This record gives sequence, C-alpha cells and structure tokens, in this order.
Amino acid sequence: MLESLTVLLLCQLAGEFIVLLLGWPVPGPVIGMALLFSVLVIKGGVPKPLADTASGLLAHLSLLFVPAGVGVMTHLTLLGSQWLPVTSSLIVSTLLTIAVTGWLMQRLSRTEKPQ
Amino acid sequence: MNDGVAALWVYMSASPLLHLTLTVSVFVSARWLYRRLGRRAWLNPVLLTVLVLVGILTVTEIPYQRYFEGAQFVHFLLGPATVALAVPLYRQLSLLKRYPMALTVSLLCGSLTAVASALIIAKLAGASNQAMISIAPKSVTTPVAMGISERLGGLPSLTAVLVILTGILGASLGPWLLEKLRISEPMAKGLAMGVASHGIGTGRAVYMGEVAAAFSGLAMGLNGLATAVLLPLIWRWWLG
Repeated sequence: MLESLTVLLLCQLAGEFIVLLLGWPVPGPVIGMALLFSVLVIKGGVPKPLADTASGLLAHLSLLFVPAGVGVMTHLTLLGSQWLPVTSSLIVSTLLTIAVTGWLMQRLSRTEKPQ
Repeated sequence: MNDGVAALWVYMSASPLLHLTLTVSVFVSARWLYRRLGRRAWLNPVLLTVLVLVGILTVTEIPYQRYFEGAQFVHFLLGPATVALAVPLYRQLSLLKRYPMALTVSLLCGSLTAVASALIIAKLAGASNQAMISIAPKSVTTPVAMGISERLGGLPSLTAVLVILTGILGASLGPWLLEKLRISEPMAKGLAMGVASHGIGTGRAVYMGEVAAAFSGLAMGLNGLATAVLLPLIWRWWLG
C-alpha cells in the first residue's frame, strides 16, 4: 500500500518536473499517468499491491472533485454573464461528439478485419 | 449561552477539520440518496454535494478560501488518483489491439470534435477566452480536464462543474441519440459514450452491456491523454 502510493507520487513528481523543465502546457499528473502506463507496458503486468491501491483511490475519485467544484461559487458572476455560450456549447458539442464517434466507429469497424 | 455557542462557532468555522468533515459527510449523504433513488444521472452525487456546500457556505458567509483550507486535504489526492488512471487504461489496452485503425481514427476524430465544436460554438455565442478554455476540455475525465484548464489559463473549478454537467448530458441523451442515428454496434456505442461524457457516460454504458462498458472505459482514458496533448496545440494556434 505505502510502496504503491510512493510509486504514484513519484510518477506525479516526475511528471510535474518534466512539465516544468520542458515548459509543456500539459498537466503534470497526466505525464505521470503516461509514465506509469509505460512502466506497466514494459513490465507486462500490474503488481497486485499497485492494483489494490489504484482501485482504492479510484473508487472514491468523484469525492476528490468536490473541493474544486465548490470553487464555482467564486465564478457566479462570470457564469451569469456567459451562461448562453456555456450551455449552448455544452449541449451541441456533447451530442455532436457522440454522433461523430459512434458513427465513425460503427462504419470503420465493419470494414476492418478483427485482429 | 448564546454567546458561548457563537464563540465556539467562530472557532470551529475557522478550523480545517470542520470543512473536511462537512465535505465528506455531505458527499456520503448525496451518494446514499443517489443509490437510494435508482442512480439517476441528474442526481449526480458530486453535483448535489457542490450545490449543497455552496448553499451552506453562502448562508454561513464562510469564504471559499477558508473552506478550501480544510478541503484541500481531499483535493490533494487528485494528482495521485490521475496517475492511478494508468492501471485501468493498461488493462483495457488489449481492446485497442482488436480494431487498431477503426479505434484510433474514431477516437482522434471524436476527441477533436469535442474540443473544436465546443470552442467554435462558445466563440460564436460570445464567450470570453477564459470561459472558452474552461469549456474546451469538458468531455475529458474531471481530474485531467481540471489540469488542462488550469495550465491554459482557464478556471479549474468552473471546468469541474462543466465536465460533470457534460457527463450528465451525455449519459441522459446519449442512448436516445445513438438509437436515432441507428448506431447499434456495442463497441461504437461504448466508444461514443466514453469519448463524449467520460466516467459518467461510462457509468451509463454499463447498462448497454459488457462490451460497450469496456470500450467506454478505454475511450475515456485515451481521450484524456489525447486531449491533454491536442488541446494546448489547438489553443496556441487559436490564439495565434
């Protein structure tokens, strides 16, 4: 548990370091995720303790959004003046994304032979 | 007596413990309600918790900064949890090998559609740059979306709320839209739900069967990675 938490923190730290060093606009934890992913691919499997820690952490992932989400209370004025572009963009773009992705996948998977 | 209670309240309302406890207990209650009422997408526990907490903080006149001093202990775990997403992604990797071309093309086009259409529509409807970049990563899983928004000058807390609303929208309207468009292939349905509406969409895709759920999970993970790389490039180009 503690070892796998250390692995996760080390990957995050390495990710933050790389992002700062190279000046990339990508979030550090995402690079950390890519690093851990590469390690797992090279290793060819997920060690049991890491699998347990990861699923424990991810089981309550949605709780972790709450503190930042509450911060929306400081942007109510912005939301009040921008509600039209925000809602129209959310609705149209979400439906369009579902349509494009689903249609393409259904179309392309018919012509591609399964490997 | 009243003075004593008031003094105690002044002391407690400044303590990180109160806000940490408040965050966790409201969330646990919201989750209970959500499960109890049949897991309806619009009763999303995070959204419900945020609404209740904003209400409580407004009524008690506790500023957000003071609340965050307590809640940051929960917030901090977002980083390691994002890294941990590599584990489910690794497990879903074998799915990618089945239809490598179809999946890569559909995922990339879906990812681009999500970002580009959000930016264009927001711009046409008169959004500010800050609002636009807060909306752009809306289809990506919340921790990644918040990171992207923060790095590009958006408002991560606004992004968090918009991401959850997108998830609810996709989970509620997605199955209807897929049926209207005669998209019946389970892989395609799962992929569409995962790319457009991340974890909440994946939660809905579980009801479409095992194949749809698996591809939805894969789509969510890969879309997070793709958007984290593509959006900064698109945004730089957009700003000129």
